[in-house]
Amino acid sequence: MDTQAAIKELVTSNPVVLYMKGSPKFPQCGFSGLAVQILQASGVKDFVAVDVLADPAVREGIKVYANWPTIPQLYVKGEFIGGADIMRTMYEQGELQKLLAEVAA
Amino acid sequence: MLSANELKTYISNGFNALGQPCEHIEVRGDDGQHFEAIVVSAAFTGKNMVQQHQLVYQALGDRMRSEIHALSMRTFTPEAWQNAGKRI
Repeated sequence: MDTQAAIKELVTSNPVVLYMKGSPKFPQCGFSGLAVQILQASGVKDFVAVDVLADPAVREGIKVYANWPTIPQLYVKGEFIGGADIMRTMYEQGELQKLLAEVAA
Repeated sequence: MLSANELKTYISNGFNALGQPCEHIEVRGDDGQHFEAIVVSAAFTGKNMVQQHQLVYQALGDRMRSEIHALSMRTFTPEAWQNAGKRI
């Protein structure tokens, strides 16, 4: 399976997927750390975190997949939601919590 | 080292090249690595946040992969910017 197909498979078979640098416990970039904090503050207990630093093919492939040049990237039910800025804006507006609550229900 | 002013020019030129001049651009950041930008453009009208940010990335092109390490941004249509009181 090529990288693009593998990404599609992962984001569509898991409700919440975060592509990030490092792990939720040890994020390697401020934006990735912020994204994890926002997800946790939104009440998400389980999400799949993918460390792009572990695989150069995924690190480049995910940028192509969403036509988005930066990391982190949040996917909910297979849909690309945005990076850290958009997550923060949606959280401030209460939209992210709503979206994630629907997924958990 | 990349300055906030240079980055502002990159964004401005990029939008001009797309035929969609920006109404207002602010860029902050003085360490050459991390920047915060506010971009106001009529080109954002009718687009969702992902599409708005994609437009800024498109305007920056390859610089986003090479020169710019971290760019945090907020995008506004002229109407939304007006409603926000023209300041953040």
